[in-house]
Amino acid sequence: MNTALSWIKAYVPDLQCTAQEYTDAMTMSGTKVETYEALDKNLEHIYAGQITSIERHPDADKLIICQVNLGDRTLQIVTGASNVSIGDIVPVVIDGGKVAGGHDGGPLPENGIKIKNGKLRGIESFGMMCSVEELGWDTNMFPDAPEEGIYILPADTELGCDVIALLGLRDTVFEYEVTSNRVDCYSVLGIAREAAATFQKPFYAPVVQLKENNEKIEDYISVEVIDQDLCSRYCARVCKNIKIAPSPAWMQARLRASGIRPINNLVDITNYVMEEYGQPMHAFDLSTIAGNKIIVKRAADGDVFTTLDGQERKLDKEILMICDQEKQIGIAGIMGGENSKITDDVKTVVFESACFHGANIRKSAKRLGLRTDASGKFEKGLDPYNAEAAINRACQLIEELGCGDVVGGLVDVHVPLKDKNVIKFQPERINKLLGTEIDKKDMLKTFNMLEIEYLEATEELVIPTFRQDLEGLADIAEEVARFYGYHNIPMTLPSGEATTGKLPFKLRVEERIRDIVEYSGFSQGMCYSFESPKVFDKLLLDQEDPLRNAITIMNPLGEDYSIMRTVALNGMLTSLATNYNRRNKDVRLYELGNIYLPKSLPLTELPDERMQLTLGMYGEGDFFTLKGVVEEMLESIGMTGKLICSPDSCKTYLHPGRQADMIYKEDVIGVIGEVHPDVADLYDIGTKTYIAVIDIPVILKHASFDRKYVGVAKYPAVTRDISMVVPKEILAGQIEEVIEKRGGKLLEEFSLFDIYEGAQIMAGYKSMAYTISFRAKDRTLEENDVNAAMKKILNGLEEMGIELRK
Amino acid sequence: MKEKLDLIKAEALKQINESGALDRLNEIKVNYLGKKGELTAVLKSMKDVAPEDRPKVGQMVNDVREEIEKVLDAAISKMERAKREAQMKSETIDVTLPSKRSKLGHRHPNTTVMEEVERIFVGMGYEVVEGPEIETDYYNFEALNIPADHPAKDEQDTFYVTPDILLRTQTSPTQVHEMEKGSLPIRMLAPGRVFRSDEVDATHSPSFHQIEGLVIDKNITFADLKGTLAEFAKELFGEDTKVKFRPHHFNFTEPSAEMDVTCFKCGGSGCRFCKGTGWIEILGCGMVHPNVLKMSHIDPEEYSGFAFGVGLERITLLKYEIDDMRLLYENDVRFLKQF
Repeated sequence: MNTALSWIKAYVPDLQCTAQEYTDAMTMSGTKVETYEALDKNLEHIYAGQITSIERHPDADKLIICQVNLGDRTLQIVTGASNVSIGDIVPVVIDGGKVAGGHDGGPLPENGIKIKNGKLRGIESFGMMCSVEELGWDTNMFPDAPEEGIYILPADTELGCDVIALLGLRDTVFEYEVTSNRVDCYSVLGIAREAAATFQKPFYAPVVQLKENNEKIEDYISVEVIDQDLCSRYCARVCKNIKIAPSPAWMQARLRASGIRPINNLVDITNYVMEEYGQPMHAFDLSTIAGNKIIVKRAADGDVFTTLDGQERKLDKEILMICDQEKQIGIAGIMGGENSKITDDVKTVVFESACFHGANIRKSAKRLGLRTDASGKFEKGLDPYNAEAAINRACQLIEELGCGDVVGGLVDVHVPLKDKNVIKFQPERINKLLGTEIDKKDMLKTFNMLEIEYLEATEELVIPTFRQDLEGLADIAEEVARFYGYHNIPMTLPSGEATTGKLPFKLRVEERIRDIVEYSGFSQGMCYSFESPKVFDKLLLDQEDPLRNAITIMNPLGEDYSIMRTVALNGMLTSLATNYNRRNKDVRLYELGNIYLPKSLPLTELPDERMQLTLGMYGEGDFFTLKGVVEEMLESIGMTGKLICSPDSCKTYLHPGRQADMIYKEDVIGVIGEVHPDVADLYDIGTKTYIAVIDIPVILKHASFDRKYVGVAKYPAVTRDISMVVPKEILAGQIEEVIEKRGGKLLEEFSLFDIYEGAQIMAGYKSMAYTISFRAKDRTLEENDVNAAMKKILNGLEEMGIELRK
Repeated sequence: MKEKLDLIKAEALKQINESGALDRLNEIKVNYLGKKGELTAVLKSMKDVAPEDRPKVGQMVNDVREEIEKVLDAAISKMERAKREAQMKSETIDVTLPSKRSKLGHRHPNTTVMEEVERIFVGMGYEVVEGPEIETDYYNFEALNIPADHPAKDEQDTFYVTPDILLRTQTSPTQVHEMEKGSLPIRMLAPGRVFRSDEVDATHSPSFHQIEGLVIDKNITFADLKGTLAEFAKELFGEDTKVKFRPHHFNFTEPSAEMDVTCFKCGGSGCRFCKGTGWIEILGCGMVHPNVLKMSHIDPEEYSGFAFGVGLERITLLKYEIDDMRLLYENDVRFLKQF
C-alpha cells in the first residue's frame, strides 16, 4: 500500500515529523513502513513559464529558440521539442536546478540530472523546458501529457510559480506492509487513524454530507440479492447528468502517488474512495441495465462473460455475478462487464458498494486468473458498515466536483448485520500476559485513540466494526502493547518449574553419525524431498517396483518436483554428477534426509517418513573403503556386532557383481555397492561411484550409547596363520562364518591378510590367508587349547572343499 | 705387581684414546674387563701373592679397573652420542613440505547453525522434538487458528498431496502435537524441513528449514518472550547483539512480533548488508493465541505461553555471508568445504 504523506495529513493535520521519524514510529506501533521516497528528491528550481516567441535555430533544423516569461524575467531557451506553441505555459528548470530523468524516459539516475546554462549549436540557452519523463514520471500517469514532448500546464497557471508544488510533488510517498488481519489499514483512513494514535494527535475523519436531488432512487433502480451467502450487503446510488471531465489536480496527485493512473472524474472518484475507505466500488451505465434491476446471483457452469477489458471469461457455479433482468453485467467484486461499462457519453450511473464473501472472491479470482485491485480488497473480508460510508463519500465527491447530480436515497440490501463486538476489559490480566504494570488509565487512552468505546458500568470495551481483528483479551493486550511500545516491555526469563533440556535419541545418533562420516571425509549435502517421476527410470527400477508408488503433489512447481522421493539416491547421484561435471576430484558426500513411503495410494493417512543416511563417493577409495566407513560408523553408535554383507541384494541401480545388502543381527539396515555403469551414464558420472544407503529407523533399534568395560587382556594371545586354496565362488564371509562358529570361546579375532588369484593358482581357485588369534582371560594358553580349536576350524573349511596349504 | 697394573692401565687408556669406533671400544672393554680380560687374569694370579698383601693388591686391581671402566664408559657414551647426533643429522626433514592430512568432511552450514541453536535452547531447558514433514491440514492450519478459507492459507503457497494432506508450510504444527501430549509445562524446540511453492532463486527455495520454539506454563509473559529471545540472540550472534521487537501478525500468536537484531556486519551503524538500517529481521514470535491453546485442550485462563519460529536458511545465509540460497542445495564440495 503506497500513500502520500499529504493525504494522511489531511486527516491528522497536527502530524509533524521527519520521514524517518514517521517510518520508525509507525513501524514500532505495527504499521510497518517498507520504504519511503520524496517525490521532489531530484527536482529543483522548476517554475512555470509562458512561451512568448519562437524562432528557428539558424544552424539546426530540429531546434527552436523560445523566449519564456517566468513572471519576473524572460529566459531564452533552445529546445528540440516540437509540441510547443506561443502562449503555452510549461515547466522550466533554470540554471542550477535539477530534473529527475532524461527525456527518453529510461531508468531514473540515482541523483537526478543537474541543469546548467549552455549553448546549443552556438545559441545560448538558459534552462530547459520539461517533459513528464524529466519530472520523473511517465505519460501513463499524466493522461493530459503529450506522448512525446514538453508537458503543457493549464492555461490559468500563475507564471513563475513552483511547478513541483503545483503538481503535488512536494510530498513523500510511504510504502506500507499491512498485515493480513488489519483489513482496515488497506485504506488511507485506516493508516491515518494508526498515525494519529501513534503520534497522539487528533484524527479528523471526512465529514460526509449529501445534497441529493428530490427524486427517489427507487424510480431508477431496484436490487435483489439472491445469493445472500456470498453478498452480505449491496448498496446502490444513482447519479445523473454526469459530466465527464478530468478530476482536479489534487485528486490526480494523490492517485498518482498511490500508483493509480488518473483517468476522468468518475473513474478517479471510485478509485479515490477505494483508496481512502478501502472499499472497492463499481459504476454501471444505467441505460445498459435491462429492466432497471440489479440481481446478484451465482453464474451457471459453462457461462461465458466478456469483462470490460474485452476478454472472454469462462464462469462456473461458484462465481457470483451482477446481473440485470436479462443478462450478466459484471463479475461481483472482480471486474465489470463490457456490456455495461461507462463511456464518455454516459448520462446516468449506478454506483455499487457491496460486501462480498472474501474467500469466494479469492477463489473465484484465482480460478478466473483475474486478480484485480478490487478483488484484492474484497478477498480480505470487508466491513459491511463501510460499504454505506464509502458510497456516500463517493456521491459527496460527485457533487463537490460538479460531476453530476445525486438522486435521493440509497438502495441497501443486506443480511442482518453483526453487532459491534464487546470484550470484557481486564487490565490486570492484560498486564499479567504482557509482564507489565501499565496503568489502566493509559490503556483507556489508547482505546480512545483507536475508537474503542469503554462502558464503565459494565467494564466492557465496544469494538468498532472496522476492527474485525479484535476478538478477545489477547487482541486487546496487543493494542495496549503496541501503543505502550514493545520496547518498553521489560525483558525477563520464564520463572516456574525447571525443565531438563534434551536431545532425543534419534537426533543424538544422527549427530554421532555426522561426526564419524565427516571424520571419514564425507561432507554433508542437502537435497530436495521432491523430485521427478523420471527418477525411477534413471535408477532402472522395474515397472512393478514398489518404490514407484510415490506420493504425488497436486500442485507441484513442475514435473521435476512432483513426487515425494521413495528412494534417497537421486539427490546424491545428482550432487555427485554436479561435482564430477565441475571437475572436483575425490568427492565424498553424505545426506541425512527423509524418504516418504505411502501406506496406501491415494494417501488416506500420513506416510511413513524414514530418515536415510546416504553416502556417495568417487575418486580415491573403493567398495571396501565405503564398507569400512559404514562399519566405523556403526561401531561408534554401539553396533559392535558383525556387519554382514549379503551379495544378493538385486538392486537395479547397482553393479550386479558389486552390491550387497547390509545385515545387522538379521535386520537389513541398508544397501551398499558400486553404481551400475548404465545408471552412472544416465547421470553423466564418468567414473566408478560407490554409494551406501542406511535406514535410520532400523539402526535405532540396535544403536546404543551404553558401554561396559570388559577388562584389558592380561595373558598373551596365541596366533596361527592359515593359508588356503579356495574355490572362487566361496566368499570370504562364508570362511569367516566357519572360523567364527568353530573357533570356540578362545577365539579372539581373525583377519584376512592375503588374497591372490592368478599365476601359480589353479583356474577357478584363489589363495587366501588368515591370521587367527586366541586368548583366554584367565591363563596363558597351551598349545593343546589352540590346536583343538584350530582343528575344528580346519575341518570345517575342508568340508567346504577348501584345500589347506601347509 | 704395581708396575704390571700401571702398564695395563696405560696401555688400556692409550687404546681407548686411539680407538675411533664404538665396536673397538667394546672390544677393548672385553679385552681388559671381560671374564677373560687382562685384569681378570691379574686377579686370577692373586694366588701367587702373599696372603697379607692380597687385600692391597686386590684394591690396586679394583682401582685400575674402575679407572679404565670410567674412561671407557665416558668414551662409549661420547661415541654413542656422536653416533646419534650423526644419525639425527642425516634424518633432517624439510618441515615445509606439504602435510599428509586425513581429509575430513564438512558439515553443511545449515546443520552447524541448527546445532548451535539447539545447543542454546537445550541449555535453557528445552527439549528438541521432531514432527512429520507431510502433515494434515488440521495440524498445519486449523489447529493454529487458520480456519478453512482463511487468506493466510493462500499466503503460504501450500503444496497439497490430497485436499486434507499437505507438505507442512511451517514447523508450527509440532507445537500442536506437543501440546496435545498433555504434559505441562512445555519447553520445546522443533527444527525441521518445511515447504512452500516458491520458485527457486537466489533468495527462495521451495524447501527450507525452520526452527520452532514453544513454552507453555503458568504465568508466562510477553516479557519472558522478549528476555528469552534476547538471550538467544546474544548467544548466537555475540554478547553485544541488541534486539528490537516490532508488532506483527501471525494467526497462532497474539500479541505477535517480529524480532530484529543489530546487524552483525556493522554492529548497528548501518551498512549495505542491513540496507542501511542497522537491523536485520531474524524471526517471528508471539504469545500463543488462546484459540490455539483451547484447541489443544489447554486452559488459557490458567496457562499462557510463547512461540517463535526462525528461518534457518536466512540465518545461515546472513551469518556466513552466502549470497545465493541455491548454493545450499547444490552440494558442490568447493562450497561445502568452506564450513
